[in-house]
Amino acid sequence: MKQSIAKKPGKYTTIPGRKIGKNNLLLKLQDGKYLLLMVLPAVVFYILFKYVPMWGVLISFQRYSPFKGFWGSPWVGLQQFEIFFSSPFWWRSVRNTLLLSLYSTFWSFPAPILFALILNDVKNYKFKKLAQTISYMPHFLSTVVVVGLFYMFLSPNTGPVQKLIVAMGGTKSDLFAQAKYFRTLFISSGIWQSTGWGAIIYLAALTNIDPTLYESATIDGANKFQQLIYITIPSIIPTIVIMLLLRLGHILGVGFEKAFLLQNDANHDTSDVLETLVYRTGIAGGNYSYGTAIGLMTSVVNLCLLFIFNGISRKISETSLW
Amino acid sequence: MVTSKKITVWSVIRTLFLIFIIVSILYPFLYMISISLSSNHHVIKNDITFYPKGLQFDVYKIILSNNKLFIAYKNTINYTVVGTAISLFFTSIAAYALSKKNRLPFYGFINTLIVASMFFSGGMIPAYLTVVNMLGLYDNIWAVVIPSCIGTSNLIIMRTFFSQFPAEIEESGRIDGLNDIGVLWYLVLPTSTAILATMGLFYAVGQWNAFFTPLIYLKSQDKYPLQIILRQIVLRGQMEETAILYSAGGNIIPEDSVKYATIVVAIAPIIAVYPWLQKYFVKGVMIGSLKG
Repeated sequence: MKQSIAKKPGKYTTIPGRKIGKNNLLLKLQDGKYLLLMVLPAVVFYILFKYVPMWGVLISFQRYSPFKGFWGSPWVGLQQFEIFFSSPFWWRSVRNTLLLSLYSTFWSFPAPILFALILNDVKNYKFKKLAQTISYMPHFLSTVVVVGLFYMFLSPNTGPVQKLIVAMGGTKSDLFAQAKYFRTLFISSGIWQSTGWGAIIYLAALTNIDPTLYESATIDGANKFQQLIYITIPSIIPTIVIMLLLRLGHILGVGFEKAFLLQNDANHDTSDVLETLVYRTGIAGGNYSYGTAIGLMTSVVNLCLLFIFNGISRKISETSLW
Repeated sequence: MVTSKKITVWSVIRTLFLIFIIVSILYPFLYMISISLSSNHHVIKNDITFYPKGLQFDVYKIILSNNKLFIAYKNTINYTVVGTAISLFFTSIAAYALSKKNRLPFYGFINTLIVASMFFSGGMIPAYLTVVNMLGLYDNIWAVVIPSCIGTSNLIIMRTFFSQFPAEIEESGRIDGLNDIGVLWYLVLPTSTAILATMGLFYAVGQWNAFFTPLIYLKSQDKYPLQIILRQIVLRGQMEETAILYSAGGNIIPEDSVKYATIVVAIAPIIAVYPWLQKYFVKGVMIGSLKG
């Protein structure tokens, strides 16, 4: 059905049958003035809170001082970037970010797919619904609560998980205070929180598979495993690719909140990622230009990676974000 | 399928796996509540596993009468109500306008402006400087609710939803003399309660759980929302300053009881609305995934 009202002879088209096009801007403005009014606050919002900051990345080429302002601060070229790359923190934060991101993709990306596949196989509707509904719940808890729960459950003195470890013959230890456990905590809490919610999109893709495919496969003698390999998985590949692309586009962004909340003086060696470094130097330390330079680098690398992966995906799987 | 009634090894593994998931999610809640309701003696002995021992409500009495926590709770409710209302209002009107692809002037430009912002951002510091130095939003409610006012994915979900509204009904409203604002208000919104509830939930939960925005845009203790105080109490153990370690009678309440009870109080509203609204939000995600 054509939704373009311009084609219908109504009161809003003064010239019947003529499409409101670019050369009829005034007519279009007259017709859409209330719509324009409604979208205006959003446009202002996007300009102020998304595009002004984008332009603000220019301060990474300055030695910005809040007292002198953007126009009064001296331009220093690439000095901030030089400082970053000659500091001991650059390699540590880049390495930590990349490793955390890669490990996290490796462990937590497949989890919702597996969960959706298993759930999709359950025939008992009530049990399926119950498992699904409960699995979403952690998604609605705040990062503070999730980190707090993990902290309490792993607390070396009273945590129930520690009791379990002792019961199984292990020894109690403070996992939060050891750098080598930071990634494990980060990733496992992510899996606990997001698997159920992340599975929704795959479940939707799974229910869209034409059931006659399975029927004819059964008639042809395909067993369940063969059906999984030849029907189910190929049907959800496009969804998987899109989700993977979206994830890879944030490879240098692991999520500030959780890294910040899990961080303590004892685990900086693995927990100091780019985002926490930006916060510490920029906002907490007041070194605005330096923090912006690190942030800008992160954004540019992320964008480039997104373009590269999207291009590769378009070539190989004919699925892409744009 | 024919084999569905048979009990196979796989079906047993599958069921056990799902039961494990359910338990791993529900048990922490059960444990938390049990500790917070148990007597000091049992909490210190650390012998509570599944249910409260020596039932008592003292910890909650102390927490709920704690001034700092009370203020934080009030602030969070305030930010959530105001933030959700503002967000819902601006997102719906913009989404409705954007759903009229053919009639909205400069549609292409506005759409690109919105979508492109998802792929590149200026980063933490320029956003902070824009909000604080340029717009002067600092240490008040507007600094918390305005920078996160419109969520791009929510906007897209709503736009997709509105674009499915039958054009004939809108057309009839327009013939009856309603302008676009009238059509939205009298015809579209009354039949869109499902999407409004979904988006309202998304925004409300987002605001209730917000930690980063208040962390960087608020300075005064008395304006801090719950999540900031929660971090101070649970993760940093800053309880001596809140003086909630001591009950009225002077006997010391164990740290764990206080921490768990604080978490319970902080998540109670979300758990309370969860069953009521959970039927809506899956729908919301589905609508959004059609036209990402």
